[in-house]
Amino acid sequence: MARFDPYENNGGTCVAVAGADYCVVAADTRLSVGYSILSRDHSKIAQLADKCVLASSGFQGDIKALQKALAAKELVYEHNNNKKMSCPAMAQLLSNTLYYKRFFPYYAFNVLAGLDTQGKGCVFTYDAVGSYERTGYSAQGTGSALMMPVLDNQLKSPSPLLLPARDAVTPLSESDAVDLVKDVFASATERDIYTGDRLEIVVINSSGTCRECIELRKD
Amino acid sequence: MDGFSKSIGGGGPNVPAGSHPAGGSQAAAGGGATQRTQYPYVTGTSVIALKYKDGVIMACDTGASYGSTLRYKSVERIKAVGKHSIIGASGEYSDFQEILRYLDELTLSDHMWDDGNSLGPKEIHSYLTRVMYNRRNKFDPLWNSLVIGGVKKGPKGDEKYLGMVNMIGTHFEENHVATGFGNHLAIPILRAEWHEDMTFEEAVKLVEKCLLVLLYRDRSSINKFQIAKITTEGSTIYPPYSLKTYWGFTHFENPAQGAVGSW
Repeated sequence: MARFDPYENNGGTCVAVAGADYCVVAADTRLSVGYSILSRDHSKIAQLADKCVLASSGFQGDIKALQKALAAKELVYEHNNNKKMSCPAMAQLLSNTLYYKRFFPYYAFNVLAGLDTQGKGCVFTYDAVGSYERTGYSAQGTGSALMMPVLDNQLKSPSPLLLPARDAVTPLSESDAVDLVKDVFASATERDIYTGDRLEIVVINSSGTCRECIELRKD
Repeated sequence: MDGFSKSIGGGGPNVPAGSHPAGGSQAAAGGGATQRTQYPYVTGTSVIALKYKDGVIMACDTGASYGSTLRYKSVERIKAVGKHSIIGASGEYSDFQEILRYLDELTLSDHMWDDGNSLGPKEIHSYLTRVMYNRRNKFDPLWNSLVIGGVKKGPKGDEKYLGMVNMIGTHFEENHVATGFGNHLAIPILRAEWHEDMTFEEAVKLVEKCLLVLLYRDRSSINKFQIAKITTEGSTIYPPYSLKTYWGFTHFENPAQGAVGSW
């Protein structure tokens, strides 16, 4: 008997890694439903502001609605404050927007990343209802459990309990961080059925945003 | 999040045992509980579409089932929208008629602006995505999977467009799409054999190959199809026709031959 379920998981994984003066954001481009692949070429990354990029995985209908809502609010902010939203400001806005639908959530697992007001890389990681944290790196989505342990091993942040406070961003160079992201996606693609096809990598640094795509396994 | 929980065409339309108060707000006391969750009653099966050299080609059968009964055999599930697009729908037929009414309003106001601009397939796809998503948010979905195809002049010349949106608002753009059973049976064929800039004849051959597989394997499909195409010249929905089928396979003659045991 047909029964209406307002959610579906369209799969995919998103990752972001913050560096001293850059930020790497990456997501696969596979859109799935059940055991079918709907598209091999569907981007999960949205540029919300100059130095602020949102990567989301989960239910694609909610993700697109969330991206549109945030883009609209960003425009209103620009009109009111005569400047583009900074990444930390967008981070708070995203959290509030998600919590607003606390009792009918956006089924979106987000990673917001970019450069903060000092030009340092920042990554914010979220759950579906808006609780968030600034970290040095994060993975969200169906392959996140496969990726996080590897990222922890390679990019382990110093404990937040240490004094003086240590930097959470990685000392790795931009190309090393990109290589790590490529490796970690190749690994997740092997075992996660929802991750694969193509990897879209966005690098944000002081000169702007640059996009690169590499092929992943299509099975 | 089980994808199979939304499969249509399986089982008859059973009247729900009671109203379902999930999520959305209930009417005030004295107004009675509002029925929100739906079940599809008269449903159409797969629609397939692909981009080719001159535009987009779309095809589906002309049947509409009432549960397991094949109730209507001459139903048009592909319609033209404006000058630049065609839309095909699977799922609840009455919801498709409702969507056509929304699109009528849209194209009418577009015509009345009379500013030389007209809605293209991309705009219509975007509009329908918002409509489907908003209905899903109210727990009152339009129970359809829609395919929108068209050609419109853009900054890079004539731009072909083909997209799909389902009942909860999942949407995407691709070179070839299929709804329902087409996802499982037709898409593998399209992925193997589709290429850029197919001629109309090649595209029709490929579409017929998919329609034949769907006819053999989808219980709710019938042997009466309509093909539609959209190019810069406009849309054409061809009259219905049938495909030649072959049932003389030796395995069909004596299906129990070679079966071991009581199977």
